[in-house]
Amino acid sequence: MTDVKTPPAEPETAAEPQGKPLAWPLGLAGVVLVIAGSFLSWSYDGQILGDLSINFYPGGLQILAIILALIALVLLLAEKGPLTKLGAWLDVTAGLRALGLTLTLYMLLVLVAISADSDGLINVNPGGYISFAGAALILVSAWLLPLRQLRDMSEARLPAWFEILSIAVLMAAVLFVAAYALGLEDAWSFILCLVFIAAVAAVLFRTGALSWVGHVAQRNRKVLTLSAFLVAFLFPFTQGGSDANMSIATQVLVFAATAMGLNIVVGLAGLLDLGYIAFLGSGAYVAATMSTSAFATIGWKPPFLVVMLIGAGVAATLGLIIGTPTLRVSGDYLAIVTLGFGEIFRFSMFNLDGNNGPNLTNGPNGVPGIPDLEIGGFNFGDVHTVAGIELGRFSNYYFLLLILTAFVILVFSRLNNSRIGRGWVAIREDEKAAEAMGVSTFGLKLLAFAVGAFLAGLAGTIKAHQDGAVSPDQYIFLESAFLLAAIVLGGMGTIAGVLLGATILKLLPEKLRFFSEYRLLLFGLLLVLMMRFRPEGLVASRRRQLEFHEEDEALAVEVEEERLAVEEAK
Amino acid sequence: MSAMLEVRDLEVAYGKIVAVKKISFSVEQGQVVSLIGTNGAGKTTTLRTISGLLRPTSGEVLFQGERIDQVAAHDIVARGLAHSPEGRRIFPRLSVEENLLLGAFARKDPAGVRTDLDSAYDLFPILGERRKQPAGTFSGGEQQMLAMGRAMMSRPKLLMLDEPSMGLSPIMMKRIMSTVSELQSQGTTILLVEQNAQAALKRADFGYVLEVGKIVLSGTGRDLLVNDEVRKAYLGED
Repeated sequence: MTDVKTPPAEPETAAEPQGKPLAWPLGLAGVVLVIAGSFLSWSYDGQILGDLSINFYPGGLQILAIILALIALVLLLAEKGPLTKLGAWLDVTAGLRALGLTLTLYMLLVLVAISADSDGLINVNPGGYISFAGAALILVSAWLLPLRQLRDMSEARLPAWFEILSIAVLMAAVLFVAAYALGLEDAWSFILCLVFIAAVAAVLFRTGALSWVGHVAQRNRKVLTLSAFLVAFLFPFTQGGSDANMSIATQVLVFAATAMGLNIVVGLAGLLDLGYIAFLGSGAYVAATMSTSAFATIGWKPPFLVVMLIGAGVAATLGLIIGTPTLRVSGDYLAIVTLGFGEIFRFSMFNLDGNNGPNLTNGPNGVPGIPDLEIGGFNFGDVHTVAGIELGRFSNYYFLLLILTAFVILVFSRLNNSRIGRGWVAIREDEKAAEAMGVSTFGLKLLAFAVGAFLAGLAGTIKAHQDGAVSPDQYIFLESAFLLAAIVLGGMGTIAGVLLGATILKLLPEKLRFFSEYRLLLFGLLLVLMMRFRPEGLVASRRRQLEFHEEDEALAVEVEEERLAVEEAK
Repeated sequence: MSAMLEVRDLEVAYGKIVAVKKISFSVEQGQVVSLIGTNGAGKTTTLRTISGLLRPTSGEVLFQGERIDQVAAHDIVARGLAHSPEGRRIFPRLSVEENLLLGAFARKDPAGVRTDLDSAYDLFPILGERRKQPAGTFSGGEQQMLAMGRAMMSRPKLLMLDEPSMGLSPIMMKRIMSTVSELQSQGTTILLVEQNAQAALKRADFGYVLEVGKIVLSGTGRDLLVNDEVRKAYLGED
């Protein structure tokens, strides 16, 4: 951050406090126990958790435990042994502690899951206990080992091919884990898989490897973006013809594309919009009423691309109409006004049923029976076979939505790095100062509103066809709140963060259906925890980080002033 | 030739409180003009009204012969009147370079902006050394340099500086004030608002003394510096 020279690094010998001599062998023993236990039977009942009952034939969850144990092994060897070079860069012990904690949690949850799904602890076989004991040993050993000095990972340089290879491996792992996690039928397995993902993420984060990944991603941005899209593109092919997960995936994409649009309004321009879902709704209603559904109310049936533009145009116009009077207020007031607008939209759709005005929307019944899209003779309802793999209806929509998402991301990043984006950030930071600089604040805020609405409208037109029906109750306030939550959770103003946030918020409720009653409670809890521990979101933009860690900024100022005083004294 | 900036019978009020009461003054091309006065005299209000951030209740503001008192703030910047606001108001979380580029927001000539970016770095080398650093990590003096550099990025004909010496060490204040002279020699007209009357009047071609919303004295900088009333009230001499 600052170019102030840090004092020269202390000699290596001094920075190497010795831990308890027992710690290292203890950890090694833990690894052995976890792996050995995983090869034994965990559960007496073969019907649960994807069958963990057979000796020497590990099931999926057991393989995950083995993978975690192997990571622990690598960390231990980096602590003392052939991989110490790695240990010079990574904070191995911090990583091992995180791993020990999450692995113990993982094994504990396995035991709980077996007793919950079967009839009590009696169904746990010795293998489960052995692995659990191993996890606990790793945990204990990690706390006996000394913490180390963390080196600055931005200095770590490896050959370019290695960096690109790491990206490829990472992406492949993401694809593999996503396919595996989505394929899990029961909720307990899914939760355990999440704990596994959390464990790997925690290790990467605590060792500092994640910051290295961040720097690599910065250096190889193009490769990363392309490979991310490649992974997303390949995802339907991992589903073996099943459309169940693709249905969820398309919903995630609609949600993500919409959240990206809102990210322009909230993340870049800093305008709190609580009625954003209305723009998605207006796009969907345009597409529905212009479709060939028997309930459609508009006689004109232009080709879909035209409908898309009309839907987006209507949304953008609504954005301008609502924005012109309301953007003169800011902060909380704007939030209230937009919230009101969202409700007005919903009630209008509810009431435009012919009794209280023209019949446009069929009121509460909405427009059902919207046929599948057909673009250039390609019907989105048909099943196609590509390379021997069946791609169903949702896969078709998935590809279309992927293109849309790519487009929205492109718009976002181009705007973010442009003069306009700079103006938005200035408005967000200090509107008065921005005005004094010659930024036309009102015009730019209106533009943010209109662009955001346009993108949501685009997504809405596809959503109408994909859902097959449009009704007012799809566009309630809660949906706007979820969009906002995705942005806050993921990281305002970032691309990767918002995509991640949207995926988490849309995917979890689908996979954890038995939690559905407590869904809001859990999200509330999640947001509270986020605000407490990582207010800048999972993926933080540099500016946000400064915003939420002002004490560091104050520190930087102090350092600067000290340096200046020294200079002046000379 | 008419003055570059002319203020006629300007009156500005916040609700019922009249902050600026029918003041008139002018700034000639190439001059440094100082507006001095104590806290609450209406100096900042006057500047904010000239740059379009506030609207006057009556009176006129003319810039290069055209009325600008009803023109939008961003148009006024585009016409060549830059305002470096009180308290610097830099964007602390943006980098130095982003701050400077924001100063050039009203301009549509990217190539010219590039050149001016370099000249800003020439004017204040410390900015060039730390162009990627968040501006909030700077000391007060450096932030003031950035604020001035940022205002210059719009390539203004008239630069309005609101209390550039506020909260600076004497050495830094000297530096800032000599930059004012440097900018003048490069052809920029400057309207300088200051509480530090000594520093401001020393460099001013002409000065006005503002007291509770009214201009009570005016004259060349030199005359005001030796004026008894000014010495008593603003320079702390008996």
